Amino acid sequence: MTKQEALFNYTLRLGDNALILGHRLSEWSSKGPLLEEDIAMTNMALDLIGRADALLRYASQVEAKGRTEDDLAYKRGERQFLCNLIMQLPNGDFGFTIARQLIVSAFDLCLYEELAQSKDETIAGIAAKAVKEVKYHLKFSTDWTLRLGDGTEESHNRIQKSFDDIWMFTAELFETNEVDAIMVKEGIAPDYNNLKARWKKIITEVLLEATLKVPADAYMQTGSRKGVHTEYLGYILAELQYLPRAYPDAKW
Amino acid sequence: MLNEQQIYDILSEIPDPEIPVITIKDLGILQRVEIKDGNCEVFITPTYSGCPAMKLIEDQIKEALADKQVGTIKVNLVYSPTWTTDWISEEAKEKLRKYGIAPPLHSTVDKGVLIGKAKVLKCPQCGSQNTEMISQFGSTACKALYKCLDCKEPFDYFKCI
Repeated sequence: MTKQEALFNYTLRLGDNALILGHRLSEWSSKGPLLEEDIAMTNMALDLIGRADALLRYASQVEAKGRTEDDLAYKRGERQFLCNLIMQLPNGDFGFTIARQLIVSAFDLCLYEELAQSKDETIAGIAAKAVKEVKYHLKFSTDWTLRLGDGTEESHNRIQKSFDDIWMFTAELFETNEVDAIMVKEGIAPDYNNLKARWKKIITEVLLEATLKVPADAYMQTGSRKGVHTEYLGYILAELQYLPRAYPDAKW
Repeated sequence: MLNEQQIYDILSEIPDPEIPVITIKDLGILQRVEIKDGNCEVFITPTYSGCPAMKLIEDQIKEALADKQVGTIKVNLVYSPTWTTDWISEEAKEKLRKYGIAPPLHSTVDKGVLIGKAKVLKCPQCGSQNTEMISQFGSTACKALYKCLDCKEPFDYFKCI
């Protein structure tokens, strides 16, 4: 694998993660439990889709085969997507969405602070922007984890169950492959093995303060690095890609 | 043919689509203008990654230059250096306040956001400091929602980033 192929693959992975989680969060539009939370979740969706736009545009430039960012978002099948499984999970109840958001925002903070130091100037620029936004996402999901965890018996039990259920999707965030080896060697991305301790510390501190238990590591799901996804991704793409596939090159 | 500074001056007048009392220059969105081989390149930087106004701003730039004979116009989004509220001028902050939006408070990156402290803000309507945050996320990506406990009016706060 050449450096260019690895950079394309890596940038796609970052872009796909932002796109699919952004799409999931956007599904809360007009369905949030409170108007403010509805707006907060769609604001975060907007940050993520904006980040996806920048990353997929860069991926298309790295690939240099005439595909645009829209082609990458709207004209690939699910086996060509590289987003982590956790991004694809259905929103569930509000607590489940918060649990997922806490886990991913903490991961994004650890990752993007490192990427802001990348030798690749475009990645570094996008990452520096993302860090500022992710801090707000982490604050939002921390606040709600505390409220729900240290809230009523019902809210406590439900968000604990959410963390228990989602835990098997966390190890996959840190998986590495040949692409990572090249990115680390070139100084473009950090070694994901070095991110895990800090991520675990952030999650543990929030969960303990919220009177919740940190789930034990047991069986862990895997697959996205090879394009093997959850059964949900196809349905997401069916909705996300419907218009550009039904009306190719439609313009607003 | 206009030079880079003249084009920059024309673009400096374009109002922000969301907050029309200040311009894209006041906000620090307009970065620079370059003329290469008789063609015009404009560099702008987004306030937030997903700011939906960027496309509109791009269109406004093209429209403002449409009858100015500047060759082809290309608008480029740049992410580095990262946009910060520090780039909003004091004059523009005063315009924001008069418009009813509490301007960003400090000139450094918002560290309080991570340790859970909401800051004390003056109500842009009545000046009272007896205010509280309703939500970190407001009507646009760049704003948080507050309310004044004295005059009871809700107001937007331009978040420090």
